[in-house]
Amino acid sequence: MSTPMVLAEQVHKSFGRIEVLKGIDLAVEPGTVCCLLGPSGSGKSTFLRCINHLEKVDAGRLSVDGELVGYRQEGDKLYELKESETAGKRAEIGMVFQRFNLFPHMTALGNIVEAPVRVKGISKKDAAEQARALLDRVGLADKVDAYPAQLSGGQQQRVAIARALAMQPKLMLFDEPTSALDPELVGEVLDVMRSLARDGMTMVVVTHEMTFAREVGDTVVFMDGGVVVEAGTPADVLGNPQQERTRTFLGKVT
Amino acid sequence: MTVTADTGPAPEALVAVPVRHPWRWVSAVVVLVLLGLLVRAFSTSSIQWGTTRHYLTFGTIVSGAGKTLLISVVAQALGVALGVLFAVGRQSRNPVTSGVSWLYIWFFRGTPVLLQLLLWYNLALVFPTIAGQDTNALMTPFIAALLGLGINEGAYMAEIVRAGLGSVDEGQTEAAQALGMPRGLVLRRIVLPQAMRVIVPPTGNEFVNMLKTSSLAYAIQYGEVLRAATNISSANLQVVELLFTAAVWYLILTSAFSVVQYYVERRFSRGASRSLPDTPLQRIRANLVFGRPSGRSA
Repeated sequence: MSTPMVLAEQVHKSFGRIEVLKGIDLAVEPGTVCCLLGPSGSGKSTFLRCINHLEKVDAGRLSVDGELVGYRQEGDKLYELKESETAGKRAEIGMVFQRFNLFPHMTALGNIVEAPVRVKGISKKDAAEQARALLDRVGLADKVDAYPAQLSGGQQQRVAIARALAMQPKLMLFDEPTSALDPELVGEVLDVMRSLARDGMTMVVVTHEMTFAREVGDTVVFMDGGVVVEAGTPADVLGNPQQERTRTFLGKVT
Repeated sequence: MTVTADTGPAPEALVAVPVRHPWRWVSAVVVLVLLGLLVRAFSTSSIQWGTTRHYLTFGTIVSGAGKTLLISVVAQALGVALGVLFAVGRQSRNPVTSGVSWLYIWFFRGTPVLLQLLLWYNLALVFPTIAGQDTNALMTPFIAALLGLGINEGAYMAEIVRAGLGSVDEGQTEAAQALGMPRGLVLRRIVLPQAMRVIVPPTGNEFVNMLKTSSLAYAIQYGEVLRAATNISSANLQVVELLFTAAVWYLILTSAFSVVQYYVERRFSRGASRSLPDTPLQRIRANLVFGRPSGRSA
């Protein structure tokens, strides 16, 4: 197989004296969807944030598309990446947050064109054209000039997805994208994510949506207490879990 | 509103006797009487109001008011610029930058502004020349006032800006960083514009303060409105009359600014609520069209 898009080997991460990740091993192949499941506090979100350089890895190796996260290796030595280098790497990874985090002082269009114009240096005209196409793709062509406060949660999250896509990322990270939504708005966001998966986007999704994981996930990873308890196809992990902890968790949520 | 069809005729509007507020009337009468006594006391005193009114439009007084406005605007501008600089500096991960910022705020917030004005004005006593130039020639009253007021203001503005930056949700920074925006860009495009909503109101307050604090430049020969007034009264000995002249000018300046402030704050509340509140003018116009808004204001 080709180089994994995400490769984690014994990744450790502590906040102060609390060890949140206790040796994560994981590989996500290009073009696949990996769903991370697990109880809250299991380290799913922290791991996701490590992939996008929002947290630093303490031990082990984590690489995206064959390049180490946060460090540069020359011979046996590791060098910390500079701020600007980290920013450059983040530009290639899209991230969608639980609480949307749209920029409230900008319109939907403004949110989407901001990074392509300021970071990539694309002309405002081209960026706006692309943004309109993206808004159309997530079903919000009529909300171009709306401010985030004027949109529902589901609409905001779809704008946030469009914003991430505007940077043409090679990998998309979703951190519980539907957890802050009213139940009847969950579907519209999952639909957008489904269509992304169909188009071959590599995705790592932290979620509590079992149906989505079963339908869309190529691999499902169950985490608990900072380790991967079980990983495999949705049919194996969700349909025929081998570990007691996985069974207990699935019994509670389904 | 979603209403299911066929709910029958709408119920009649309620008719109720509104709550009465007799004490409001009593207090209003008391205040009016006190005001009347005060006005009478001043109008029958020996103050010559004609003098006060005469000097309101007198050349040196008007130019003094202009100088008050000028020094206030430029010193406040300097203060805002320094405030942003040092607020960001304090948050810097570079220990030199954050240390220098702390020291700046510590010194200029910890000593009286009048003392700082006198220090700048008397700089020649310490450094007779600066870069080959005579310090006394460089340090005109205007420059000394600008440095004294502006640098002092910067220390206060730094604290205001710091509070504003801290008020912006951390998720905003994370979202911007996740898009690949470097720190400077995140600050300039995402965090600062949102912090403005918190920064602007106290900054307006600071400017009103500056309009009045600039009168301290009186002590270093800067010809602002209070100095212009006392120059005249030292000749004609009508001290209180001219103090009132200056007071009127300060009230004109601060009142005019209150209007500006209202519109500036409105501008920066964009995106914070679903729709902007009406301006007073829009409200008046709306009332003219639709008549008085129904219901008593409590």
